[in-house]
Amino acid sequence: MISEHLSEGTSYLHDFDPRLKIIVALIYSVTVALLTNFTLLFASLVFSLVLVTWGRLSIATVLKRLLVINGFVFFLWLVLPFSYEGKTLFEVGPLAATQPGVYQALRITLKSNAIILCLMALLSTSPTFMLVHALHHLKVPSKLVHLFFFTYRYIHVIYTEFTRLHTAMKVRSFTPSTNIHTYKSYAYLVGMLLVRSYERSKRIYQSMLCRGFNGKFHTLYHFESKPQELVSAAIMTVFVLLIAIGQWIPLGKILTF
Amino acid sequence: MDTSRKNTDILIELNEIYFRYRERPVLNGLSFCFCEGERVGLIGPNGSGKTTLFHIIMGLLKPDAGELKIFGQPRRKEKDFTEVRRRIGFVFQDPDDQLFSPTVAEDIAFGPLNLGIPREEVLGIVSRTLDMLGLKGFENRVTHKLSGGEKRLVSVATVLAMNPNILLLDEPTAGLDEKTVARLSKILKNLDTSYIIASHDKEFLQKVTNKLYKLQGGKLVMVDS
Ligand SMILES: Nc1ncnc2c1ncn2[C@@H]1O[C@H](COP(=O)(O)OP(=O)(O)OP(=O)(O)O)[C@@H](O)[C@H]1O
Ligand SMILES: [Mg+2]
Repeated sequence: MISEHLSEGTSYLHDFDPRLKIIVALIYSVTVALLTNFTLLFASLVFSLVLVTWGRLSIATVLKRLLVINGFVFFLWLVLPFSYEGKTLFEVGPLAATQPGVYQALRITLKSNAIILCLMALLSTSPTFMLVHALHHLKVPSKLVHLFFFTYRYIHVIYTEFTRLHTAMKVRSFTPSTNIHTYKSYAYLVGMLLVRSYERSKRIYQSMLCRGFNGKFHTLYHFESKPQELVSAAIMTVFVLLIAIGQWIPLGKILTF
Repeated sequence: MDTSRKNTDILIELNEIYFRYRERPVLNGLSFCFCEGERVGLIGPNGSGKTTLFHIIMGLLKPDAGELKIFGQPRRKEKDFTEVRRRIGFVFQDPDDQLFSPTVAEDIAFGPLNLGIPREEVLGIVSRTLDMLGLKGFENRVTHKLSGGEKRLVSVATVLAMNPNILLLDEPTAGLDEKTVARLSKILKNLDTSYIIASHDKEFLQKVTNKLYKLQGGKLVMVDS
């Protein structure tokens, strides 16, 4: 499935009970998103990197995904440093980059990277189908779970249709350049993509109905948290607690810079 | 039609079914009766409406006019088809429409689990069905990375695993090699299920069916086989 190759590896994290992974990922992401203290942010980044190593993720894939996220972050760096009041650090033409602005941009960079790395390590190491199932077990409303599953599923459908159509064009010697033929072909490609994806997703849903689907997902394998996994999850939770204490209990002030 | 047959033997009864896609009429007052134990082959040129007919039986398309009686009950609304779909297994013409789970085992388990069969039993069903189709050890293969023929076999397996009363197979032999087709015929012959098979493969139909219909001009015509 689309970008599910991270889930095909083998590691301790791959076998980990997805329910525990979802819970830890959730509390960790929320906590890190609220952090402002730099020491703690760096600590979180290191923690996420440890998780990634633990999940034995392919470095190339991890870097590729980080690149996407940091593409967005890059735009923040173009704006944020110049939109805060405070001590001027440097000037670009008429614009002055302030210290609070740069700090804010740096915080967001650290946060987003720490969170993404953690999500990759914890969530990408389970097949989506498993995650969907775990969400069911965690009593997330089933409407929400279906929305998530079908969104995912249909993005995959669109992607597969795209690959097919694109291959069909390539094998007939289509080479993109800047002319009307290219634009027209791409316009057809996009049009076909929408129609075909719609039709395909409709038929997949129909075939699910034909096999007795009534809105409830069952999985073949039941989840089981081994005692060792509970301990690991507890350790991760303790880390989250520590950074939360560091951030919100005044004794953390000593660490601030 | 054989009038001596008891009403209870009739599984599917179509009466004067009309269906059109926009301005393209496909079924034109089609009537059809399918009884317990029958093994029917369905032929007809490309675009004659074989797939459409199957979709109507499964309630995926609603006829413009005509009556549909399946398992002795009239079927009109979406709700009426819940039972139909539990008891009739339909293999889609394109296996990519059928397979959606990440692994083969999970896809095959999907139907039986929906029927409420306990998990432990389903695991047995999965491996037995795979064995039967000569797909031993395919449990953890990733569905979208299978070859075309393997996909087709797995999609047949997903339906056989539900142990339906009736099987509707839409071109089951397309893309299969001779040996696999032979294996499929053997499996079908050993089943005690009634089935309807749409196919362009006359030789295959001759082996596995005992009645042949041709879809022509939007109607079904019996063919002497
Ligand atoms: N979604 C659709 N919208 C409009 N027309 C359609 C649609 N699906 C099928 N048709 C048309 O309805 C007719 C019957 O199609 P159907 O798929 O039932 O044929 P078939 O007998 O299964 O053909 P084949 O042997 O090629 O599988 C064809 O002429 C087809 O073009
Ligand atoms: Mg067809």
